[in-house]
Amino acid sequence: MKKKLNGKVSGLEKRRAVTGYLFISPFIIGFLLFMVKPMVQSFYMSFCDVQVGAGSFEMVRNGISNYKYAFRVDPDYSRLLLEGFGRMIVYSLAIMVFAFFVSLILNQEFHGRAFVRAIFFLPVILSSGVILGLETDNSVIAQMHATVEESMTNVSVTAVLEDILRTAGIGTRAYETVFELIDNIYDIALASGIQIIVFLSGLQTIPKSMYEAASIEGCTAWESLWKVTFPMVSSIFLVNWVYTIVDFCMRTDNEVMTKITDTMVDQLNYGLSSAMAWCYFVLTILFLAISSFLISRRVYYYE
Amino acid sequence: MSNTAVMSAPASTGKTKSKDRPKMSALRKKKIATNAFISFVSFILLFGLCFMIIQPILNKISVSFMTEGDLYDPVVINIPAHFTTANYQLSAKLMNYKLAFKNSMITSLTIGLLQVAVCTLVGYGFARYEFPFKKFWFGCVLLMIIIPPQIMSTSLYLHFKFFDFLGIAKLVTGNTINLRGSVLPYYLLSAGCMGLKNGLYIYLIRQFFRNIPKELEEAAYVDGAGTLKTFVIIMLPDAKPILVSCFLFSFVWQWTDGFYSRMFLGNLKLVSTSLSSIADDLSTYIASQTGVQTTVSVAYSNCILSTGTLMIILPLIFLYLFAQKGFVESLSSTGIKM
Repeated sequence: MKKKLNGKVSGLEKRRAVTGYLFISPFIIGFLLFMVKPMVQSFYMSFCDVQVGAGSFEMVRNGISNYKYAFRVDPDYSRLLLEGFGRMIVYSLAIMVFAFFVSLILNQEFHGRAFVRAIFFLPVILSSGVILGLETDNSVIAQMHATVEESMTNVSVTAVLEDILRTAGIGTRAYETVFELIDNIYDIALASGIQIIVFLSGLQTIPKSMYEAASIEGCTAWESLWKVTFPMVSSIFLVNWVYTIVDFCMRTDNEVMTKITDTMVDQLNYGLSSAMAWCYFVLTILFLAISSFLISRRVYYYE
Repeated sequence: MSNTAVMSAPASTGKTKSKDRPKMSALRKKKIATNAFISFVSFILLFGLCFMIIQPILNKISVSFMTEGDLYDPVVINIPAHFTTANYQLSAKLMNYKLAFKNSMITSLTIGLLQVAVCTLVGYGFARYEFPFKKFWFGCVLLMIIIPPQIMSTSLYLHFKFFDFLGIAKLVTGNTINLRGSVLPYYLLSAGCMGLKNGLYIYLIRQFFRNIPKELEEAAYVDGAGTLKTFVIIMLPDAKPILVSCFLFSFVWQWTDGFYSRMFLGNLKLVSTSLSSIADDLSTYIASQTGVQTTVSVAYSNCILSTGTLMIILPLIFLYLFAQKGFVESLSSTGIKM
């Protein structure tokens, strides 16, 4: 009897497993056809010299000369790669801080909260795809305009502050980075729409009783921010960090990506562009893995 | 004895109360003052940030109604002196707006529906069924979110240029099929969950289905509903909000997407692709009108660009106004966690 029951259960399980596979089969097919195959092919291509003929394309193996070319001969690639990574780290950190800060403010009760939230989410919809690329073009012109205006009329308060801090001569490069971030606060605000919403959803899951308990124990608001809020949303930090970095990699105004696409479309050098793409991808994944590992060790799971 | 104690108790409390009252009110006053200060500061901060986000749009609106002369006039800043709609007419002409709008509408709608339908199936499969290698396949979904599509663009480009499924075409016609220039590649990609940000939709939908209690499903089975019937009748109506918001995202991102459209949608005229080339179109148009090859001034081409951008985001703004809740609420209700 027991044996029969067991057999029946495993039969049902089997059927459910088959149904499950049926449900996810579009993904598996798509993944194998449009992800694994192109990935393998482009990996192979990065070791080849690709010649596109009339009816087909040929691949001639040439070892690691594409990689050598990308790093040693190409004048821009290694510089762009380094700069891209520097920008990615600085901007991702800035986006995280900004998003966390804004979501803390938006989490409080005030009139017109829904309206403000809607505005902060607006860039996710309006500044995506091509429009983002156009915005950056515009901002270059706007910046030029601003510098011209600044040199003509009186100086602003922040400029004076920048000058004072610069002449102080301590940690000039750190200041420069901060100034750059402040100048580009618009870009940061545009890029942090989703992160704000995700942080907000995390903040709203924290039970009110925790804050009450903390305040009875004598916690100030500042202390309860670090002792209650921060640990409770630490898992959200991980999610947002991954999302931010991935988002940064896929942005249309990413210089490394532009370089790769240019190499492919304009110079028709498929092998070289594959090599460049793979280097960028591997470095990004490595960075993502190491940084998420470091963050995940600090994540606190409350259950 | 006990009486006096009772009598004295209220008296003493009354005394302490009257003693404490001024102290309390001073404290309260201080508290109210700090609260007012904090709300004032946060109001200024929020107002500034909101203004910063909205300002470019307002600026574009005011610029789009200006004549070319107004752009160079230092007196005119926000309100155009010579109100005109010529910019709109010109950018509509340059972008071939009616055709592009129709194409974009059809493409975004069909692709959005297709992507959401496929992602729902996959997300449901991941959420409600146990099968071997489930963790592995879900890892693949996460990998798909992380891998930038640009890395395979080279290979996919060639893949569709010389498309051949299992070598059938070569057998019949002796040649491979060139799918570049047609819209088929992108529909194929979408049917295989490899479209724009499809990994994210799978993740969100799975997260939603996981929260539906198991009892509901079991009750349906007990009542005699099959797998498909349970899915369609019991599960789908529950998942309406998340499906709607995934569709909205899909629609909007497809509407503005440049990368996939340029790579896999061939020569179809879309609003996004026509916007990205509007500046070049403008200079060729002016050259053909005047017969002289001149460079268009930065201000004027920017003005046309702003007008074009406005025309593209106008439908999105309307959509956002009416479906704002659909965009934001679902993201916060699924409870994204790792």
